[in-house]
Amino acid sequence: MLSTFWQVWIAVIVLGSMIGCGVLIMYTSRGQRKEETDQTTGHDYDGIQELDNPLPRWWVFMFWATIVFGFGYLGVYGLGNFDGLLTVEVDGEQVTWTSTNQWKAEVQKFDADIAPLYAKFTATPVEELAKDADALQTGQRLFKSNCAVCHGSTAKGAQGFPNLTDNDWLYGGSPEAIKHTLTYGRQGAMPAWGGVLGEEGTADMVNYVRSLSGLKHDAEAAEKAAPKYQQLCMACHGTDGKGNQMLGAPNLTDDIWLYGGSSKQIEFTLKHGRNGKMPAHLEILGNNAEAKIHLLTTYVYSLSHQQ
Amino acid sequence: MIKHDNIEKSLPLMVVMIVIALSWGGLVEIVPLFFHEDTNKPAEGLEPYTAMQLEGRDIYIREGCHVCHTQMVRPFRAETERYGPFSTAGESVYEHPFLWGSKRTGPDLARLGGRYSDEWHRAHMYNPRDVVPESIMPSYPWLFEDKIDGRLTPKKMEALRMVGVPYTDADIEGAKEAVDGKREIEALVAYLQHLGTVVTKR
Repeated sequence: MLSTFWQVWIAVIVLGSMIGCGVLIMYTSRGQRKEETDQTTGHDYDGIQELDNPLPRWWVFMFWATIVFGFGYLGVYGLGNFDGLLTVEVDGEQVTWTSTNQWKAEVQKFDADIAPLYAKFTATPVEELAKDADALQTGQRLFKSNCAVCHGSTAKGAQGFPNLTDNDWLYGGSPEAIKHTLTYGRQGAMPAWGGVLGEEGTADMVNYVRSLSGLKHDAEAAEKAAPKYQQLCMACHGTDGKGNQMLGAPNLTDDIWLYGGSSKQIEFTLKHGRNGKMPAHLEILGNNAEAKIHLLTTYVYSLSHQQ
Repeated sequence: MIKHDNIEKSLPLMVVMIVIALSWGGLVEIVPLFFHEDTNKPAEGLEPYTAMQLEGRDIYIREGCHVCHTQMVRPFRAETERYGPFSTAGESVYEHPFLWGSKRTGPDLARLGGRYSDEWHRAHMYNPRDVVPESIMPSYPWLFEDKIDGRLTPKKMEALRMVGVPYTDADIEGAKEAVDGKREIEALVAYLQHLGTVVTKR
């Protein structure tokens, strides 16, 4: 709140200016003839003369109209300590207009309008809702606003950002798992193995990893790395390389690569580790976050379960 | 009596009258805010930028990010729905100059911090098309090579302290070491990940 001094300051200048404008109009039109004549003001610049005629009537009227409008505006929105007559509905009560109250009223009205729709959606299990065209369209819009920046507008992902359309899941593709991912986020934790494996060991391991997906590799080098794999990698990626969705450890046998499957890319992953992060969205999604997460889960689920 | 004849024929008088006329609105709309608590009191939890964030902010200014991105979520439902809580004056108390911007070619960034991963920011700054194929944002690959020269960082902090940012002597002493030789991208990401987090608590 402004102090009384500044309240008075604002009120005096505003009202003073408005009244001053009115006085100025009256002062300047005082004693002026009503009709147009050829009389000049006496100004003569390079032979160009200035006629001394009254302002057109509509023009003067506009002056007065803006002043009247100004007083009306102040009456509606307030000035200084005076709050103004305009009210908005917040929490079921009519309160004075402020930009914050107007925003609150907007949000509350929208939330009330959308509540029945969201209630219907959230009451339906994801598997079933995935057949509802309306829900999918809403989900898609939410996806485009909130998820497409990383996962792409077609949800096909990018290097380092998972493709959500291929039914291959780091943390599981059940509705519950997807919902958990959206709500609480995920943090990948592939350690850097460059120091442990050494230059040659890394090169061998690259061949072993590629062999798991049946990609072109040096069988001899792969064989050399096999015991090391069981020692270092198996804890997360499993003895057979099929990964572990509890840990978000990727399946290495399916030739689907989050960070690329070329020898160079696998080498980088092994040497420097990977720490992909999916941010928690419960708070980011703001109002109605849980309903939004339900719809997003449905949309993401539907991408891998299309009939 | 002043006639417009007199004003028009005297340059100094005309200049003075124009200045008075132009600043009239400011007397009501701007001057009282200099003394308003909302605009002078830091938001709860607001800290001065760390040395890294400060250098990141300077890179943000250098690259002209504020020309295409605003940092001002306005109190409209559509905006708070998309970006998060609307901006308040108290968040900008330590901003010299503020970077609210005036045009959105790209999205508003006032609530950017914590929304995407560091890795996403790096990929996106290196080449926005790698992660957002539809993007028209320029690439900034040099940020990954150029290193920060920390010699000026303490001086920047001292200058900011003169205009009221509460940096301590320890902050200023440690500033050079905190940023020297770091890649510019690290500073920029540190700054971006900090944006708006005082309010969103991310």
